Amino acid sequence: MSTRLANGGRLLNKSRALSFKFNGRNMMGYEGDTLASALLANGQVMMGRSFKYHRPRGVVASGGEEPNALLGLGEGGRFEPNQRATTTELFDGLVSASQNHWPSLEFDVGAINSKLSRFMPAGFYYKTFIHPRAAWKHLFEPIIRKAAGLGAAPKDRDADRYEYTYHHVDVLIIGGGIAGLAAAKSAAAGGVKVMLVEQNAHWGGRAPVDGAVIDDMPAQDWIDATVDELSALDNVTLRTRMMGAGVYDHGYVTCYERIADHTPGDGRPRHRLWRIRAGHTVTATGAIERPLSFAGNDIPGVMLAAAVRDYAVNWGVSVGDRTVVVTNNDDAYRTAIAMKKAGLDVPAIVDARPSVTSALAQEARDLGIRIAEGSGVAKVLGGKCVVGVEITSQAGEGAARETIACDAVAMSGGWSPVVHLWSHCGGKLIWDETHSHFRPDPDRAPLGDKGQAFVTTAGIASGAMSTVDVLTDAYAAGKTAAKAVGGKATRKGAPKAAAEDEQDMAAVWLMPQGAGYDLRSKTWLDFQNDVKVSDVQLAAREGYESVEHTKRYTTLGMATDQGKLSNINGLAVLADALDKEIPQVGTTTFRPPYTPISLGAITGEARGELFMPIRQTPMHDWHVDQGAYMEPVGAWRRAYTYPLKGESHEEAVNREVKNTRENLGLLDASTLGKIIVKGPDAGKFLNMMYTNMMSTLKPGKCRYGLMCNENGFLIDDGVVARIDEDTFLCHTTTGGADTIHAHMEDWLQCEWYDWKVYTANVTEQYAQIAVVGPNARKLLEKLGGMDVSKDALAFMEWKDGTLGGITARAYRISFSGELSYEIAVPANQGRAFWDMCLEAGEEFGLMPYGTEGLHVLRAEKGFIMIGDESDGTVIPQDLGLHWAISKKKEDFLGKRAQLRGHMTDPDRWSLVGLETLDSSVIPDGAYAVEAGTNALGQRSMIGRVTSSYYSANLDRGIAMGLIKHGVDKMGDVVEFPTIDGTGSVIKARIVDPVFYDKEGAKGNV
Amino acid sequence: MSEAISVLNGATFDGFVSIKEAGLRGMISVRGDFAAASFTKAVSALTGADFPAVNEAKFAGDYAILWMSPDELLILCAYENAQADADKLAADLAGEHALVANVSDARALFAMSGELLREALMKLTPANVSEDAFKPGQVRRTRLAQAAAAVWMLEDGSVEIMCFRSVGDYMFKLLCNAANPGAELGL
Repeated sequence: MSTRLANGGRLLNKSRALSFKFNGRNMMGYEGDTLASALLANGQVMMGRSFKYHRPRGVVASGGEEPNALLGLGEGGRFEPNQRATTTELFDGLVSASQNHWPSLEFDVGAINSKLSRFMPAGFYYKTFIHPRAAWKHLFEPIIRKAAGLGAAPKDRDADRYEYTYHHVDVLIIGGGIAGLAAAKSAAAGGVKVMLVEQNAHWGGRAPVDGAVIDDMPAQDWIDATVDELSALDNVTLRTRMMGAGVYDHGYVTCYERIADHTPGDGRPRHRLWRIRAGHTVTATGAIERPLSFAGNDIPGVMLAAAVRDYAVNWGVSVGDRTVVVTNNDDAYRTAIAMKKAGLDVPAIVDARPSVTSALAQEARDLGIRIAEGSGVAKVLGGKCVVGVEITSQAGEGAARETIACDAVAMSGGWSPVVHLWSHCGGKLIWDETHSHFRPDPDRAPLGDKGQAFVTTAGIASGAMSTVDVLTDAYAAGKTAAKAVGGKATRKGAPKAAAEDEQDMAAVWLMPQGAGYDLRSKTWLDFQNDVKVSDVQLAAREGYESVEHTKRYTTLGMATDQGKLSNINGLAVLADALDKEIPQVGTTTFRPPYTPISLGAITGEARGELFMPIRQTPMHDWHVDQGAYMEPVGAWRRAYTYPLKGESHEEAVNREVKNTRENLGLLDASTLGKIIVKGPDAGKFLNMMYTNMMSTLKPGKCRYGLMCNENGFLIDDGVVARIDEDTFLCHTTTGGADTIHAHMEDWLQCEWYDWKVYTANVTEQYAQIAVVGPNARKLLEKLGGMDVSKDALAFMEWKDGTLGGITARAYRISFSGELSYEIAVPANQGRAFWDMCLEAGEEFGLMPYGTEGLHVLRAEKGFIMIGDESDGTVIPQDLGLHWAISKKKEDFLGKRAQLRGHMTDPDRWSLVGLETLDSSVIPDGAYAVEAGTNALGQRSMIGRVTSSYYSANLDRGIAMGLIKHGVDKMGDVVEFPTIDGTGSVIKARIVDPVFYDKEGAKGNV
Repeated sequence: MSEAISVLNGATFDGFVSIKEAGLRGMISVRGDFAAASFTKAVSALTGADFPAVNEAKFAGDYAILWMSPDELLILCAYENAQADADKLAADLAGEHALVANVSDARALFAMSGELLREALMKLTPANVSEDAFKPGQVRRTRLAQAAAAVWMLEDGSVEIMCFRSVGDYMFKLLCNAANPGAELGL
């Protein structure tokens, strides 16, 4: 059983005890503990259940690579599943719970899967649930869904704040171990701006645990001195709790800072996502120890050798009283020595190598530790905890030579450089035979815009395996980085470490090498996803030769740890099964982020009221105060209707449209785009932009225009006013303001760069208010200041002046068929003008109307709406707008396209009005059908509804639609099947789209 | 005559930097040929300020000229004078190919001051606003989170931030959020 030691724990502050909860039990730890070390200190080795077989699992590592100890952390708005206990700093009041079990961690019904594991091999789901097809949707999927996923999703809104920070540095160094520190020293000496980030809360990585000696100092002293030295430099920024998450093109690097995970609720942002532009990036990301593949290597109490050492040295925790060390390399001897020095028992070091003679081995022997050479573990004994190991010959098939009682196993299969960040943006790897790992190939680095390497690795991340080599390599990496960004190369020498004499490791991918099926099917590769040696071998037999395919078939490396422990072991097993060399099989792809980062950090500040910018007109607050129902139109919110007390939206719209036709309506039209187009060539330019002739428009006049793209399709419409000889003001749709402005600039900058035209988007300079209805003129006359009589301001004219003392431009234009003015006033006086209209209009029966009213009024007049009657496939000719397409102009955007066969096809659907026989409202978007079926056996379709409303003014449903040969079928009845399940059909007569005031008498006053 | 009211009516916030809606400011958008002496002279004559180079802001009393693009400037002036100034400049440029538009009402303007203002900006803009890259007399057209913006630094080291009027409310909340005490970067 694990426990806290009397001594040790270099990271602990034993004067500050912390209390926390695990599965409802109260436990104690110290400041400086991780949740994993604190759980171990409380005797809790088992921390979860595996994903597929629900096997008991204990913590196996001590860092970000941990696959097993995933817990639910926090409660309510701070609950988060799948948090690694090894990287969770302990704080007072922490609440944690294990996952993936029912009813409890100790007794789990799902563990039956483990008993059935022979029947659930790799690809089990693919093979089993294929037939019958229907069962997938109704039976298998719901059950699997319930069983899937380790932790539970949070139910409450996240209580924390998150943010981004954009940063620019010359050299970014990722990893604050001795390599990162050495690289920072040499980079900083180059006089460039350096940032050094470390994912943990402390500097120096594992050098102090491993007993390195640097510049004749114990590692910790050197680390402290170096951090002090770097902190004093103006050109260096040091940050802990900040992980390099991803490396992208152009030196873009994301880093994930965990600011307040250990101080929840202190008001600081919880996480911060740094988005850094680095001239050069140095990855000093260290290495990860590999597990060994022997039967029962997943039983709680079997851990990585370095992790066992970390828990003892860093946190004063022993994983067990009797630890058997299993290894193929020298490094694990440090664990045996550390255990022994802590007063614990090490019954044996089981070493797969036939003979071990190194200095470390000698030291172990001197301490009286037995070394079983040429040996391996046949199997680990135990269920929820280790009780012993059977020892066998590594060369054999697993016959037990002896059984050793123990309660912990420390395993080491060698070390793999962390190449993830190097690989994210295309850095390539080479296979190192000596150390049995992939390491970065410095000749094939990720390349920047000029073909230059923009990432350099440092230390053990480069594959430098001794402290001496680590420091030499890292110091050189810092120099390289500084030089790459124009700094100078320091002439000072690298820090020097005391030499370590180590014996070469032996490649061991299966223990014992001839293990039979029974052992192999209990030999785990991927602990989190329950992938065993036998699964990978099965995949190979079934023809999965590509490592990427094997990964997906077996789920090897697909868990939240992304195979940090399992990938190399897995592909070595695959290579063996395929009888290939490991480098021929290759690795799977490394993708960001390095370890999972929170969705909150990715979201940054964009949540709640900052989710997205909502554009507001100058009258926005009034609409909201009035209780208007607001709808999104582009990024704007516009008033849809203004319901009175007790009124439904429908009733409100009916009232608004009737009142507008009978008395006076007021509409906030400020969102319409307003683009100034000016220059000697402005007329010529607009002739190209619009389908109709704009150059002939006289100053003071307005003209409705249509805009098409070069494919001939209708993209926007609006009224163009000619301000003076050189200047036009183009109104666009609300959603089109920015895109049409960009469209204009695109043509001006890229195609017609020699035309003398400037544009300016002045949409937001003006509040634009439509005064609509028979009493419109009376209201404006009452406000006073300019002559708005029929003679002074005729239909489709504009005039500058003042109204009610406010500078105004009045356009006499109408989107409703009524007597109508659109008044543009400076935005900062928009609200004042609106209020003035409301007050003065009272006696004329003024009521504001919203966007739905606007739609009904325009539909009653058969006016098209971009986005309703057009959908990106409609040309103006479809809509009967031939009158707005100039035949005189030599060219305009879309002209050629509109001459193509498909565009002139007489079978194109054309716009008509639709009048239901029973006066009902056809559902918007309904399809018109005819007898027979098409080539696909579907009902023949001959058109669709584009706009459909209840018209209160006509007391009936009105609609417009595009119907095949529509204009030739006036008076015909077409059928629109409903989709409400009743099978009913709505019948409508094809009519002229102008339903109301066909002769236009109402506007002609 | 109704009073013109800026979008947030002078709202303020004190976080680890101070934020204030800067109220009404005259703004004149000008496009023309920067290589033409007649153009640069007319602009400088109106403002009394030197003609700005790329990413520069030149100040002179109530006036400033901000570089916006290779053929676009923004002139800052007193709000009350904006239309008259725009008319005057347009008259001076008559016969030239140029565009002059009063856009004083199209914008929201914020003032941000405090020692750590670069840190507040760093949370919102991908532009480099470090001391080496962004100095008094410089202007950057960029985005702050999801809204287009321009930021310029005054001689006293404070900045002004301009965005479209319609997103003034978003911008103010965004700036306040970025300046929340406790969110200092400690760089």
